[in-house]
Amino acid sequence: MDETTRSSAVRDGLGVGIAVGLAGLAFGAAAATAGLTVAQACALSVFAFTGASQFALVGVVAGGGSLVAGTAGALLLGARNGLYGLRMADILGVRGWRRLPVAHGMIDETTAVSLAQPDARAARTGFFVTFATLYLTWNATTLLGAAGVSRLADPDVLGLDAVGPATFLAILWPRLTGGGPDVRTLRLIAGGGAAAALATTPFTPPGVPVLIAAAAVLAVVLRRPA
Amino acid sequence: MSGTGVWWAVVATCAGCYVLKLAGLSAPRRVLDHPRVQRFAALVPVALLAALVAVQTFAQGRSLHFDLPRTAGLGAAVVALLLRAPFLVVLATAAVVTAVLRHLLA
Repeated sequence: MDETTRSSAVRDGLGVGIAVGLAGLAFGAAAATAGLTVAQACALSVFAFTGASQFALVGVVAGGGSLVAGTAGALLLGARNGLYGLRMADILGVRGWRRLPVAHGMIDETTAVSLAQPDARAARTGFFVTFATLYLTWNATTLLGAAGVSRLADPDVLGLDAVGPATFLAILWPRLTGGGPDVRTLRLIAGGGAAAALATTPFTPPGVPVLIAAAAVLAVVLRRPA
Repeated sequence: MSGTGVWWAVVATCAGCYVLKLAGLSAPRRVLDHPRVQRFAALVPVALLAALVAVQTFAQGRSLHFDLPRTAGLGAAVVALLLRAPFLVVLATAAVVTAVLRHLLA
Protein backbone atom coordinates (compact mmCIF):
# COMPACT_ATOMS: atom_id res chain seq x y z
CA MET A 1 0.00 0.00 0.00
CA ASP A 2 1.01 3.56 -0.65
CA GLU A 3 2.70 4.90 2.50
CA THR A 4 1.05 8.31 2.08
CA THR A 5 -2.39 6.68 2.01
CA ARG A 6 -1.53 4.63 5.07
CA SER A 7 -0.21 7.54 7.11
CA SER A 8 -3.21 9.61 6.09
CA ALA A 9 -5.51 6.85 7.41
CA VAL A 10 -3.52 6.76 10.66
CA ARG A 11 -3.72 10.54 10.96
CA ASP A 12 -7.51 10.54 10.37
CA GLY A 13 -7.96 7.77 12.94
CA LEU A 14 -5.86 9.50 15.59
CA GLY A 15 -7.55 12.85 14.94
CA VAL A 16 -11.09 11.51 15.14
CA GLY A 17 -10.26 9.17 18.02
CA ILE A 18 -8.79 11.91 20.19
CA ALA A 19 -11.28 14.62 19.21
CA VAL A 20 -14.39 12.53 19.72
CA GLY A 21 -12.81 10.72 22.64
CA LEU A 22 -12.55 14.01 24.50
CA ALA A 23 -16.35 14.19 24.41
CA GLY A 24 -16.23 11.34 26.95
CA LEU A 25 -15.59 14.15 29.41
CA ALA A 26 -19.05 15.49 28.57
CA PHE A 27 -20.55 12.00 28.83
CA GLY A 28 -18.95 11.28 32.21
CA ALA A 29 -20.11 14.65 33.49
CA ALA A 30 -23.65 14.16 32.14
CA ALA A 31 -23.85 10.67 33.65
CA ALA A 32 -22.70 11.83 37.09
CA THR A 33 -25.06 14.82 36.94
CA ALA A 34 -27.94 12.47 36.06
CA GLY A 35 -27.23 10.46 39.21
CA LEU A 36 -25.29 7.51 37.81
CA THR A 37 -22.34 6.35 39.86
CA VAL A 38 -18.81 6.63 38.45
CA ALA A 39 -18.82 2.82 38.06
CA GLN A 40 -22.07 2.91 36.05
CA ALA A 41 -20.75 5.68 33.78
CA CYS A 42 -17.51 3.76 33.19
CA ALA A 43 -19.36 0.46 32.62
CA LEU A 44 -21.35 2.11 29.82
CA SER A 45 -18.22 3.47 28.14
CA VAL A 46 -16.30 0.19 28.48
CA PHE A 47 -19.07 -2.22 27.46
CA ALA A 48 -21.69 -0.27 25.47
CA PHE A 49 -19.09 2.01 23.81
CA THR A 50 -21.47 3.86 21.54
CA GLY A 51 -21.85 7.50 22.48
CA ALA A 52 -25.33 8.28 21.21
CA SER A 53 -26.88 5.31 23.05
CA GLN A 54 -24.98 6.19 26.21
CA PHE A 55 -26.09 9.83 26.06
CA ALA A 56 -29.65 8.70 25.29
CA LEU A 57 -29.88 6.44 28.35
CA VAL A 58 -28.32 9.05 30.63
CA GLY A 59 -30.63 11.74 29.24
CA VAL A 60 -33.68 9.66 30.12
CA VAL A 61 -32.36 8.91 33.62
CA ALA A 62 -31.70 12.64 34.11
CA GLY A 63 -35.19 13.54 32.88
CA GLY A 64 -36.74 11.04 35.27
CA GLY A 65 -38.08 8.98 32.36
CA SER A 66 -38.73 5.25 32.61
CA LEU A 67 -35.62 3.08 32.60
CA VAL A 68 -37.27 0.62 30.22
CA ALA A 69 -37.99 3.41 27.71
CA GLY A 70 -34.45 4.71 28.18
CA THR A 71 -32.96 1.30 27.52
CA ALA A 72 -35.22 0.77 24.48
CA GLY A 73 -34.14 4.14 23.07
CA ALA A 74 -30.48 3.34 23.62
CA LEU A 75 -30.87 -0.02 21.86
CA LEU A 76 -32.78 1.41 18.90
CA LEU A 77 -30.00 3.96 18.49
CA GLY A 78 -27.49 1.12 18.80
CA ALA A 79 -29.24 -0.70 15.94
CA ARG A 80 -27.47 1.54 13.43
CA ASN A 81 -24.17 -0.02 14.54
CA GLY A 82 -25.58 -3.29 13.20
CA LEU A 83 -26.17 -1.57 9.87
CA TYR A 84 -22.57 -0.31 9.91
CA GLY A 85 -21.49 -3.90 10.59
CA LEU A 86 -23.30 -5.02 7.44
CA ARG A 87 -21.37 -2.41 5.44
CA MET A 88 -18.03 -3.07 7.14
CA ALA A 89 -18.03 -6.90 7.14
CA ASP A 90 -16.59 -7.12 3.62
CA ILE A 91 -14.10 -4.27 4.10
CA LEU A 92 -12.66 -5.70 7.32
CA GLY A 93 -12.87 -9.32 6.20
CA VAL A 94 -12.72 -10.72 9.76
CA ARG A 95 -13.87 -14.29 10.35
CA GLY A 96 -14.53 -16.61 13.30
CA TRP A 97 -13.67 -15.55 16.85
CA ARG A 98 -11.91 -12.38 15.64
CA ARG A 99 -15.34 -10.91 15.00
CA LEU A 100 -15.96 -10.83 18.78
CA PRO A 101 -13.43 -8.08 19.63
CA VAL A 102 -13.74 -6.30 16.25
CA ALA A 103 -17.54 -6.02 16.61
CA HIS A 104 -17.09 -3.83 19.67
CA GLY A 105 -15.53 -1.13 17.48
CA MET A 106 -18.47 -0.97 15.06
CA ILE A 107 -19.64 2.61 15.63
CA ASP A 108 -20.22 5.93 13.78
CA GLU A 109 -16.69 7.26 13.96
CA THR A 110 -14.77 4.09 13.01
CA THR A 111 -17.13 3.48 10.08
CA ALA A 112 -16.94 7.10 8.91
CA VAL A 113 -13.11 7.18 8.97
CA SER A 114 -12.89 3.76 7.32
CA LEU A 115 -15.32 4.55 4.50
CA ALA A 116 -13.53 7.85 3.81
CA GLN A 117 -10.28 6.04 2.86
CA PRO A 118 -9.35 5.56 -0.80
CA ASP A 119 -8.54 1.82 -0.67
CA ALA A 120 -9.37 -1.31 1.32
CA ARG A 121 -6.12 -1.54 3.29
CA ALA A 122 -6.25 2.10 4.29
CA ALA A 123 -9.91 1.50 5.26
CA ARG A 124 -8.84 -1.28 7.63
CA THR A 125 -6.02 0.82 9.06
CA GLY A 126 -8.42 3.72 9.58
CA PHE A 127 -10.92 1.47 11.36
CA PHE A 128 -8.45 -0.04 13.83
CA VAL A 129 -6.56 3.18 14.57
CA THR A 130 -9.83 5.02 15.21
CA PHE A 131 -11.17 2.15 17.34
CA ALA A 132 -8.05 1.92 19.54
CA THR A 133 -7.57 5.68 19.95
CA LEU A 134 -11.22 6.42 20.57
CA TYR A 135 -11.68 3.50 22.98
CA LEU A 136 -8.75 4.58 25.17
CA THR A 137 -9.59 8.30 25.07
CA TRP A 138 -13.35 7.83 25.53
CA ASN A 139 -12.90 5.60 28.59
CA ALA A 140 -10.22 7.76 30.19
CA THR A 141 -12.27 10.94 29.72
CA THR A 142 -15.48 9.24 30.93
CA LEU A 143 -13.70 8.43 34.18
CA LEU A 144 -12.30 11.97 34.44
CA GLY A 145 -15.66 13.56 33.63
CA ALA A 146 -17.67 11.39 36.02
CA ALA A 147 -15.17 11.64 38.86
CA GLY A 148 -14.52 15.33 38.35
CA VAL A 149 -18.08 16.56 37.89
CA SER A 150 -18.39 17.58 41.50
CA ARG A 151 -15.31 19.79 41.10
CA LEU A 152 -16.25 21.14 37.67
CA ALA A 153 -19.31 23.23 38.41
CA ASP A 154 -20.62 23.33 34.83
CA PRO A 155 -19.07 21.45 31.87
CA ASP A 156 -21.02 23.74 29.53
CA VAL A 157 -18.50 26.49 30.40
CA LEU A 158 -16.01 24.62 28.20
CA GLY A 159 -18.50 24.44 25.33
CA LEU A 160 -18.53 20.63 25.56
CA ASP A 161 -22.27 20.54 24.95
CA ALA A 162 -21.63 21.70 21.36
CA VAL A 163 -19.20 18.84 20.69
CA GLY A 164 -21.96 16.19 20.53
CA PRO A 165 -24.07 17.80 17.81
CA ALA A 166 -20.93 18.99 15.96
CA THR A 167 -19.69 15.39 15.93
CA PHE A 168 -22.93 14.09 14.46
CA LEU A 169 -22.97 16.94 11.92
CA ALA A 170 -19.39 16.23 10.82
CA ILE A 171 -20.26 12.54 10.33
CA LEU A 172 -23.40 13.45 8.41
CA TRP A 173 -21.78 16.16 6.24
CA PRO A 174 -20.06 14.06 3.55
CA ARG A 175 -23.32 12.16 2.94
CA LEU A 176 -25.13 15.42 2.19
CA THR A 177 -22.40 17.05 0.09
CA GLY A 178 -21.22 14.04 -1.94
CA GLY A 179 -22.12 14.00 -5.63
CA GLY A 180 -24.08 10.73 -5.62
CA PRO A 181 -27.43 10.42 -7.42
CA ASP A 182 -29.11 9.99 -4.05
CA VAL A 183 -27.87 13.26 -2.57
CA ARG A 184 -31.19 15.05 -3.05
CA THR A 185 -33.06 12.25 -1.29
CA LEU A 186 -30.47 12.20 1.49
CA ARG A 187 -30.87 15.95 2.09
CA LEU A 188 -34.65 15.57 2.20
CA ILE A 189 -34.31 12.68 4.65
CA ALA A 190 -31.93 14.68 6.84
CA GLY A 191 -34.21 17.72 6.86
CA GLY A 192 -37.27 15.56 7.47
CA GLY A 193 -35.55 13.62 10.24
CA ALA A 194 -34.45 16.77 12.05
CA ALA A 195 -37.90 18.36 11.69
CA ALA A 196 -39.71 15.21 12.86
CA ALA A 197 -37.45 14.92 15.90
CA LEU A 198 -37.93 18.57 16.93
CA ALA A 199 -41.68 18.51 16.27
CA THR A 200 -42.18 15.47 18.53
CA THR A 201 -39.80 16.59 21.31
CA PRO A 202 -42.48 18.31 23.43
CA PHE A 203 -44.87 15.34 23.19
CA THR A 204 -42.64 12.30 23.72
CA PRO A 205 -40.13 11.21 26.39
CA PRO A 206 -36.47 12.06 25.73
CA GLY A 207 -34.97 9.52 23.33
CA VAL A 208 -38.17 8.85 21.39
CA PRO A 209 -38.01 11.79 18.89
CA VAL A 210 -34.85 10.37 17.32
CA LEU A 211 -36.61 7.01 16.91
CA ILE A 212 -39.56 8.71 15.24
CA ALA A 213 -37.16 10.24 12.71
CA ALA A 214 -35.83 6.76 11.88
CA ALA A 215 -39.35 5.33 11.65
CA ALA A 216 -40.27 8.04 9.14
CA VAL A 217 -37.39 6.87 6.96
CA LEU A 218 -38.53 3.28 7.26
CA ALA A 219 -41.94 4.35 5.96
CA VAL A 220 -40.31 6.07 2.95
CA VAL A 221 -38.16 3.02 2.19
CA LEU A 222 -41.09 0.63 2.35
CA ARG A 223 -43.28 2.81 0.18
CA ARG A 224 -40.71 3.49 -2.53
CA PRO A 225 -38.80 0.43 -3.69
CA ALA A 226 -35.13 1.05 -4.52
CA MET B 1 -34.77 5.92 41.35
CA SER B 2 -33.19 2.78 42.77
CA GLY B 3 -29.51 2.13 42.16
CA THR B 4 -30.30 -1.49 41.25
CA GLY B 5 -32.78 -0.35 38.60
CA VAL B 6 -30.15 1.86 37.00
CA TRP B 7 -27.67 -1.03 37.05
CA TRP B 8 -30.16 -3.24 35.20
CA ALA B 9 -30.63 -0.54 32.57
CA VAL B 10 -26.84 -0.16 32.27
CA VAL B 11 -26.29 -3.92 31.90
CA ALA B 12 -29.15 -4.31 29.38
CA THR B 13 -27.85 -1.37 27.33
CA CYS B 14 -24.28 -2.72 27.35
CA ALA B 15 -25.30 -6.26 26.39
CA GLY B 16 -27.85 -5.15 23.80
CA CYS B 17 -25.53 -2.64 22.13
CA TYR B 18 -22.78 -5.27 21.81
CA VAL B 19 -25.14 -7.90 20.39
CA LEU B 20 -26.39 -5.38 17.79
CA LYS B 21 -22.82 -4.59 16.69
CA LEU B 22 -21.97 -8.30 16.44
CA ALA B 23 -25.21 -9.13 14.60
CA GLY B 24 -24.40 -6.72 11.77
CA LEU B 25 -20.87 -8.00 11.40
CA SER B 26 -22.00 -11.64 11.45
CA ALA B 27 -25.10 -11.43 9.28
CA PRO B 28 -25.11 -13.62 6.17
CA ARG B 29 -24.17 -11.94 2.89
CA ARG B 30 -27.63 -12.31 1.39
CA VAL B 31 -29.05 -9.94 4.02
CA LEU B 32 -26.77 -7.21 2.66
CA ASP B 33 -27.64 -8.07 -0.91
CA HIS B 34 -31.30 -7.32 -0.37
CA PRO B 35 -31.95 -3.90 -2.01
CA ARG B 36 -34.27 -2.74 0.76
CA VAL B 37 -31.70 -3.52 3.44
CA GLN B 38 -29.08 -1.57 1.47
CA ARG B 39 -31.41 1.37 1.06
CA PHE B 40 -32.39 1.27 4.72
CA ALA B 41 -28.71 1.03 5.75
CA ALA B 42 -27.89 4.08 3.64
CA LEU B 43 -30.87 6.21 4.69
CA VAL B 44 -31.43 5.46 8.38
CA PRO B 45 -28.10 6.81 9.66
CA VAL B 46 -28.80 10.06 7.77
CA ALA B 47 -32.17 10.49 9.50
CA LEU B 48 -30.78 9.45 12.89
CA LEU B 49 -27.74 11.72 12.68
CA ALA B 50 -29.79 14.71 11.50
CA ALA B 51 -32.29 14.10 14.31
CA LEU B 52 -29.47 13.87 16.85
CA VAL B 53 -27.94 17.14 15.63
CA ALA B 54 -31.32 18.86 15.93
CA VAL B 55 -32.26 17.38 19.32
CA GLN B 56 -28.86 17.86 20.94
CA THR B 57 -28.76 21.45 19.74
CA PHE B 58 -32.31 22.61 20.42
CA ALA B 59 -33.94 20.23 22.92
CA GLN B 60 -33.63 20.39 26.68
CA GLY B 61 -35.46 17.35 28.02
CA ARG B 62 -38.98 17.70 26.61
CA SER B 63 -38.85 21.38 25.77
CA LEU B 64 -37.37 23.14 22.77
CA HIS B 65 -34.80 25.64 23.78
CA PHE B 66 -32.66 28.09 21.81
CA ASP B 67 -29.19 28.31 23.31
CA LEU B 68 -27.35 31.07 21.43
CA PRO B 69 -23.76 30.00 22.26
CA ARG B 70 -24.40 26.36 21.39
CA THR B 71 -26.24 27.24 18.18
CA ALA B 72 -23.44 29.63 17.20
CA GLY B 73 -20.92 26.88 17.95
CA LEU B 74 -22.78 24.59 15.58
CA GLY B 75 -22.89 27.38 12.98
CA ALA B 76 -19.13 27.73 13.33
CA ALA B 77 -18.82 23.98 12.78
CA VAL B 78 -20.81 24.35 9.54
CA VAL B 79 -18.39 27.08 8.39
CA ALA B 80 -15.44 24.85 9.28
CA LEU B 81 -17.01 21.98 7.31
CA LEU B 82 -17.60 24.26 4.30
CA LEU B 83 -13.90 25.22 4.49
CA ARG B 84 -13.07 21.48 4.50
CA ALA B 85 -11.43 21.69 7.93
CA PRO B 86 -10.27 18.39 9.48
CA PHE B 87 -12.64 16.66 11.91
CA LEU B 88 -10.68 17.72 15.00
CA VAL B 89 -10.73 21.36 13.91
CA VAL B 90 -14.50 21.21 13.33
CA LEU B 91 -15.16 19.93 16.86
CA ALA B 92 -12.66 22.32 18.48
CA THR B 93 -14.21 25.25 16.60
CA ALA B 94 -17.67 24.34 17.90
CA ALA B 95 -16.46 24.02 21.50
CA VAL B 96 -14.32 27.17 21.47
CA VAL B 97 -16.99 29.40 19.86
CA THR B 98 -19.61 28.07 22.30
CA ALA B 99 -17.34 28.54 25.33
CA VAL B 100 -16.20 32.04 24.32
CA LEU B 101 -19.74 33.27 23.56
CA ARG B 102 -21.05 31.79 26.80
CA HIS B 103 -18.26 33.51 28.69
CA LEU B 104 -18.97 36.86 26.98
CA LEU B 105 -22.73 36.61 27.55
CA ALA B 106 -22.44 35.49 31.18
